[in-house]
Amino acid sequence: MQAKIINLTLNGKNIDVMVSPMTTLQVLLRENLGYTATKIGCRQGSCGSCTVLINGEPMMSCLLPVEDVAGQDVVTLEGLMVDGELHAIQETFFETFAIQCGYCTPGMIMVSKALLDKNPYPSREEVINALAGNYCRCTGYEPIIQAVIESAKRMNSVGN
Amino acid sequence: MAKFKGTGIAAVNYPTGMNLGGDPSQALIHSTTTGTFVISLSSTDLGQGLKTVIAQIAAEVLGVSFENVMIDTADTDTGPHCMGTFASRATHRVGNAVIQAAEEARKIMLEIASDELEVSPEDLETDGEGNIRVKGSPDRSINIVDLALAAHFKYGKTIAGRGMYMKPKSDVDPETGKMDPDSTEAHACTVAEVEVDTETGEVVVLSLKSAYEIGRQVNPALVEGQIRGGSVMGMAHALYETTHPYYPAVDHMPGGFSEYPLPGPMELPEIESVVLEYPSVNGPYGVKGLGEMTANSPIPAIANAIKDAIGVRITEIPITPEKILKALEEKDIPEA
Amino acid sequence: MSTETLNVVGKSKLRRDGLGHVTGKTIYVNDINFPDMLTLKMVRSPVPHANLKGIDFSEAEKVTGFVRALTYEDVPKNIYTILTLIGVGPDEEMVLAEDKVRYIGEPIAAIVAETEESAMEAVSRVRLDLEELPAVFDVEDALKPDAPILKDWGTNYFVYEGHHCRRVRFGDVEKGFQQAQFIIEDCYQTTPIEHAPSETTGCIAKPEADGRITVYTNTQALFFTLDNTAIILQVPFQKLHLVGGTVGGGFGGKVDVIVEPIATLAAMKTNRPVKYVFSRQEEMQASSSRGAWRMYFKDGVMKDGRIIARQITTYADSGAYNRHTPYAVTKHAANIAGPYRIPNVWIDAHCVYTNRQPGSAMRGFGVTPASFALEMQMDKIADQVGLDPWAIRFINAYQNGDMKPHRKIVEDATLIEVMQAAAEMVGHDLPEEYKSMSSWARKED
Repeated sequence: MQAKIINLTLNGKNIDVMVSPMTTLQVLLRENLGYTATKIGCRQGSCGSCTVLINGEPMMSCLLPVEDVAGQDVVTLEGLMVDGELHAIQETFFETFAIQCGYCTPGMIMVSKALLDKNPYPSREEVINALAGNYCRCTGYEPIIQAVIESAKRMNSVGN
Repeated sequence: MAKFKGTGIAAVNYPTGMNLGGDPSQALIHSTTTGTFVISLSSTDLGQGLKTVIAQIAAEVLGVSFENVMIDTADTDTGPHCMGTFASRATHRVGNAVIQAAEEARKIMLEIASDELEVSPEDLETDGEGNIRVKGSPDRSINIVDLALAAHFKYGKTIAGRGMYMKPKSDVDPETGKMDPDSTEAHACTVAEVEVDTETGEVVVLSLKSAYEIGRQVNPALVEGQIRGGSVMGMAHALYETTHPYYPAVDHMPGGFSEYPLPGPMELPEIESVVLEYPSVNGPYGVKGLGEMTANSPIPAIANAIKDAIGVRITEIPITPEKILKALEEKDIPEA
Repeated sequence: MSTETLNVVGKSKLRRDGLGHVTGKTIYVNDINFPDMLTLKMVRSPVPHANLKGIDFSEAEKVTGFVRALTYEDVPKNIYTILTLIGVGPDEEMVLAEDKVRYIGEPIAAIVAETEESAMEAVSRVRLDLEELPAVFDVEDALKPDAPILKDWGTNYFVYEGHHCRRVRFGDVEKGFQQAQFIIEDCYQTTPIEHAPSETTGCIAKPEADGRITVYTNTQALFFTLDNTAIILQVPFQKLHLVGGTVGGGFGGKVDVIVEPIATLAAMKTNRPVKYVFSRQEEMQASSSRGAWRMYFKDGVMKDGRIIARQITTYADSGAYNRHTPYAVTKHAANIAGPYRIPNVWIDAHCVYTNRQPGSAMRGFGVTPASFALEMQMDKIADQVGLDPWAIRFINAYQNGDMKPHRKIVEDATLIEVMQAAAEMVGHDLPEEYKSMSSWARKED
């Protein structure tokens, strides 16, 4: 089957990409474009390592054909830094030791951003709900939950 | 619907090092022209934080700042041998190797400083921030950058060191089992509190409270990382996960996460811990290994807590709701 | 040492690799890409025990993108040596199956193709001629005289210097049982589990211009992997250059040298980079698990709670092949009597083969099942003797200077101290007798 050209916005830049049909967004990002922050954990939609934001919603890129994000706004971890500075979530994860092997970290950060952009003052329950689809084997989750709560505090105090 | 609470304890030891020894690790240290120390290793960081901990140990011995120590790992062309990261051995063996290498480098560093400052090396100390100074006269000092430049271009010396640590391999007596399996022992005691729903068989772990004795914490935040991660892995082993749901039959082996139950952030117990430090006889700064032990003590503590809660001892893990309901069927449900 | 001031050790310094992790800049094996890279996928046994009579690649070869297949005939030394390098023999696992398969998932042939899709398609079209054999799955069944035999040497157990198990003999348990006022027995069982790291096992083997091969790998042990790979491929050790050190979770699941030899062979045969990364399904079903363990305890206990005789018979389910299990059984035997002072101990620890995915190292290797069993047994003893769980442990806790059943003298003991600290944490008020114990002040015998 013939490759086609898909237009989308990736990390703020409007781009045209050429893909064979049914190429997943995960493959496009990692292999075609070299953006490897989005990880491969299972390719079965069960671990969240491949989480990206589509129009602000967290989605698993391993399950998304590129055709389905035509014209959409895609954000990956590579697009998170603001003016070369770490995003508050990145900085908090780093400073509060919410990371060990780092493999689940991109997915965790993306899902946290989706939450905090919509819900700047989440309860612990809401944080847990948001993270529930992302697998981590190293940390036991609690440091990540704490990091999201702390990130919210930092993000809300900016500009005060 | 009846829920019953129970408490259980477990007290364990965990050995440090590859069983029976024979697992060496080596380290090489050298200073660049401007006093950055590079530690060359072939050790691996699995996420537990070895690269950080080793830099801390080296910086401590050398007397320079943590930021001034670079870890170069892992490459078999440039890093000397390391047996690998497993058996809770890495900080212990690699740490000891790095201490030996750093001590050799430090000795050379102080010799050069003693020439530059015209005192004997015994009269010198390091301030932990890259300055080598005369004891009692802190204004008479030389900075590591200047010292390294002098070493390279004035004295023609290398500030470098080699380190190696090995517990020699020993054998087991085949008749009696006499052996020397480990370098030291860490210990842990976990108290688990659970609540068991006798209608569904589900177990909620309410809390895991543990005391750990690990010789020395090189990096307390990383130690806590092992405690939290290990506790959840232990809980998973006790209650949730198995590749053989009908062991010993090989039916229904999972093909992915959706078929392999694991606890997530919704299932977290309250985890509290205290860390004791009784330095070991042979660990770097008294370190004992920790990484594996944290997953062990929660398992029997939870199993014992279930017995306390509902009066049945289930002696096969994972203790699934199915097993609990079956065990209760075979016994009267206790009065609430 | 406790009185010196430390500048760096003891401080919670921020992770060296932390910024790489939070920006996504840390590179893992699967993030690496090279031009002209091939993908390797494995043809695996669909049955637990069979004679392998033939392999038909004819349909697979027709897949667009198929490059070549590798069978055992391509492997210069088709035997795993991982145990020999740590001094334990014999070698009994093949890199690629020759005439027999012994577990579902056993590697039979490697397919190398231009893309992952074409490799997977080609694998699905390989036809295997298998003559199924009876399989055995239970460790005690595997030791019965009528069990199907897995090993060429004619038994289903690992031989420990002439014995059918690892033995510990300390004191006289029979005498102890005669003196004991309680005999307490039970059986404990752990089932296999998976390491389930976020990152699956994998490597990329890349031929260099100077004839060497660089292998990018997430192994936990670089030189161990290099040495084994060179032996299997019968190449000079200096031909291989392994690069790694950043692992997305190991937990013991990345020490089996399971991908590097075949990927490196494929790279040598095609003179192109070859990537071999496990799918999640392979990681779950074909990579090593934590092997199951079955443990029988028989304890002789005095009415004051002292355990005076402990007899333990255990069966490690090694699965179809050794991997590291025989070594773990020795470690298990050194720890299963527990951190307790027991004058008479008898242990028979078996390493048994069954037709399932092999077990190997996992966090706590050999000690995890031991601690589970013995700490449940301690509670059972407490129940039957009529003491509380704290008491039974304090009464029997080992101290510095005690002799362990494998005859090592206890040093660095702190079991008493962690129990005291844990009791305090949960507000359990211990009797003065236990509060004042110490690992250094020996109890009366």
